[in-house]
Amino acid sequence: MRVVKVGSALLVLMAAVSGAWAQKSETEKGIDKYREMIADGNPAELWEAEGEELWKKKDGPNKASFETCNLGQGPGVVKGAYVTLPRYFSDAGRVMDLETRLAYCMQTIQGISEPKVTSYNQGDHKKIVALATYVAAASKGMPLNLPQEHPEEKRMYELGKRAFFYRAGPYDFSCATCHSAENTRIRLQALPNLTTNKPAGEAYTSWPAYRVSNSQLWPMQQRLNDCFRQQRFPEPKFGSEVTLALSTYMGVNGKGVASLAPTIKR
Amino acid sequence: MDMKKLPALALFIGLALIGGCAMNYTAADFDRLGKDMMKASFQTRGQAHIDRINQDEVNAACSAADLSGKPIDAALQRRLEAAELAKVVYPADGKFLGDWRKGEVEAQSGRGATWSDKAGEPNGGNCYNCHQISKAEISYGTLGPSLYQYGKLRGDSEAVVKYTWAKIFNAKAFNLCTNMPRFGHEKMLTEAQMKDLMALLLDPESPVNKN
Repeated sequence: MRVVKVGSALLVLMAAVSGAWAQKSETEKGIDKYREMIADGNPAELWEAEGEELWKKKDGPNKASFETCNLGQGPGVVKGAYVTLPRYFSDAGRVMDLETRLAYCMQTIQGISEPKVTSYNQGDHKKIVALATYVAAASKGMPLNLPQEHPEEKRMYELGKRAFFYRAGPYDFSCATCHSAENTRIRLQALPNLTTNKPAGEAYTSWPAYRVSNSQLWPMQQRLNDCFRQQRFPEPKFGSEVTLALSTYMGVNGKGVASLAPTIKR
Repeated sequence: MDMKKLPALALFIGLALIGGCAMNYTAADFDRLGKDMMKASFQTRGQAHIDRINQDEVNAACSAADLSGKPIDAALQRRLEAAELAKVVYPADGKFLGDWRKGEVEAQSGRGATWSDKAGEPNGGNCYNCHQISKAEISYGTLGPSLYQYGKLRGDSEAVVKYTWAKIFNAKAFNLCTNMPRFGHEKMLTEAQMKDLMALLLDPESPVNKN
């Protein structure tokens, strides 16, 4: 990451001293301003529009649309679905998040026998990205409210918690290494404390997000994938239990927080 | 996701429910299921081998402590810290300081050991991700303490030099459940690279100490 050398000794001193959480440094204020500027006009809207088209499009061997797909709020109901995922689905007999549920509808309703969703933005996953953005946007502003009624939903929360604190790999990193304290950052990237309500809810619902740095739209599965890559872990399989468990853990921790998705990030 | 397994899984869960399989999990059940889940959910990619998911005694103990929200048992901590210290390998030639200029480059680099990094290429130290180090670099993290003026504040006695080496080599020797990786013990950095980082921190000519 190229660094802009700042001439002012005062500025550097402030930056150095602001390891103290007392006030934001000029650097941090600058980043906040940058975020404000890029938030006006989010390219995620393009994916949202594409997702809406795909939702209604008759596709697959069954020439069927997603309009009977049940995301938890009833067949075809999109509004409010995102803030109650992951959840247990009795027809599938398991907990599913948004992306795995969309893949499930792709399979069972459209008749695509083995949706190609294991590589980010390749094959059928391209459609999942757009559909996920569309569905998430429909819950914008609604409070996170993942169900914790079914034993499987509760089990996912407990397993998510264990995954969150699981240290491994050559760096001994767990999610908690970076995401369990207040007011810390990697380089200049602020780190949300995912064990507490407001930061967990905001972080969780800020995905799907458009990432300026690589011009890509990332839903949660891809965000988790890249976390584990940077942790020096092996790769989490798409839709695997650890991804569902961690989403459940974050979403439940963030209960009540108003959904932000889709957002724009650096 | 392997969609083919879906009907089989649904059938299994259905049978488990009908069979009256205990759905009342204990904390120990969740611990065990959690470990099983970590093994089953991951796969080798590039140089990130599935074996990385295995925990050694340190990681297992510290993960359990983190999960409980309570500090690790003091006696266990002392025993494991001593064991980690015993694993530190000091330079055979007795020289601890390399080139601080190279050290700064290594400290800046966030590369290495991920599945998108080429195996066999030198790893970076990732140091600025967590630490302030030189005065000029304002893009630093705050997960670890500031290392600015590290040598200036501590001097370069044999004790300080040996401690600093061991800390970089195996940070768990001094604070078992620290967030800091074990760069030497896990072979993430070479001896030469660690000597360069030592110079960055301790060489009086290093920008860390010159101001």
